[in-house]
Amino acid sequence: MMLADVLLVAAKDLRIEWRSRVTVSQVLPFALLVLVLFGFALDANRPVLDAATGGLFWVAVMFVSIVAVQRSTSIETTDGARRALLLAGVEPAAVFLGKAAAVALQLLAVEVVMVGGVIVLYDASIESIGLLVATCLVATVGIAAAGTLLGALVAGVRARETVLPILLLPVLAPVLIGATRAFDDALGTVAVDGWAWLGLLAGFGAINIVLGALAYGVLLEET
Amino acid sequence: MTAIAPASNHTGSRTTRLLGAAVLLGLVALILLGFFGAPEDDEQRDAVRMIFIHVPSAIFTYVAFVTTAIGSVMWLLRRSIWWDTVAGAAAEIGLLFCGLTLFTGSVWGRPTWNTYWDWGDVRLVTTLILFLMMIGYLSVRSLGGDEGATATRAAVIGVLAAAILPIVNRSVEWWENNTLHQKSTLTDGDLENLTLFTLFVGFAVWGLFFAWSLIHRFRITWLERELRAIDLDRALDERRAERDDV
Repeated sequence: MMLADVLLVAAKDLRIEWRSRVTVSQVLPFALLVLVLFGFALDANRPVLDAATGGLFWVAVMFVSIVAVQRSTSIETTDGARRALLLAGVEPAAVFLGKAAAVALQLLAVEVVMVGGVIVLYDASIESIGLLVATCLVATVGIAAAGTLLGALVAGVRARETVLPILLLPVLAPVLIGATRAFDDALGTVAVDGWAWLGLLAGFGAINIVLGALAYGVLLEET
Repeated sequence: MTAIAPASNHTGSRTTRLLGAAVLLGLVALILLGFFGAPEDDEQRDAVRMIFIHVPSAIFTYVAFVTTAIGSVMWLLRRSIWWDTVAGAAAEIGLLFCGLTLFTGSVWGRPTWNTYWDWGDVRLVTTLILFLMMIGYLSVRSLGGDEGATATRAAVIGVLAAAILPIVNRSVEWWENNTLHQKSTLTDGDLENLTLFTLFVGFAVWGLFFAWSLIHRFRITWLERELRAIDLDRALDERRAERDDV
């Protein structure tokens, strides 16, 4: 039952995306724009860019995740859709997991294009495709869970666009550190054990999924 | 209902006045002991005196934020306004201590480590992220709107911060394997007797100050809430009076 609800909510959000194409037409170009801006900021210096690729990639993902979470939240805040979701009798935890899954899938799609972007723009080369894919998957699940939880938290307030980043970015600090290290290994820029960092990313994701599933109902009903 | 005349125009009581006097006396004692009593360090010379405010600030940063986390949990479990008020008051004082820790740490780091900031240091980076998280916590508290909703939002962040911090700490620790911080100065037995005594005076003063400011902040928040209720009652009474006049 629960799984069916999760899929239902995720499918709803993805269908809205399919029809509105906000991620494709706004979030994706924004992601590439950030990558280009980093290029300008570092003086188009390819060795520097190559060495910093992991960090720049994940900072860009942080920015993109803010935009993606804001989009996911605004779907529910417009036209009182939050109330409708509650009335529909779907478990709040299922709503949380469904929305987080939809955000994660969209972020993953953006990340695929961004990997192409850093290969072309920053001269990055992939040494371990398995580690790269695993890092993206595990890190993105954590980002989506934390983002969906905090997105619901600020959904009811007027200043939500400005509050979300200062809440979300410090929380995502461990993801930035862990995913950057894992990418450093996958891209062969720094000799570290990238697989060891996946444990940390998985722990972060697990905590956020559990907390989110527990807190989402309270936030949905009381705020 | 008529407005309740305020009994006093401050939040002091005998307890807080005693606490405040103890803080002031303790501060004088700490300054005298810190600057003139405690001997200078063989390596760090006078810079070691920074320990008397840096370490108590750091310890009470944790005390304050643990208080916030406990208050957050109690709000979520019992909808206790008392605990929510404690959580908010402790977070503000904790932010002050956290800022003081970062500031004194940087000032201390310059002569001893030859840098204001070191990215390889676990506690430094973790403390900075804690500082940023608590700014977020307080900004959510200040958003206004429905009080219950604000308390719930803040409480979720309080719990999230408490859950994420160990992970931040882990990640930073693995990130770079070196640290400039000493492991634990207290248990080494390296400190001179008078230095150790002064440090404990520092702990006592900071603890008393924490209690003093927590009580005052709690009372201010509580009175603000009462005032809003009184204003609402008064407005309702005025509307009713208008109706009766007609």
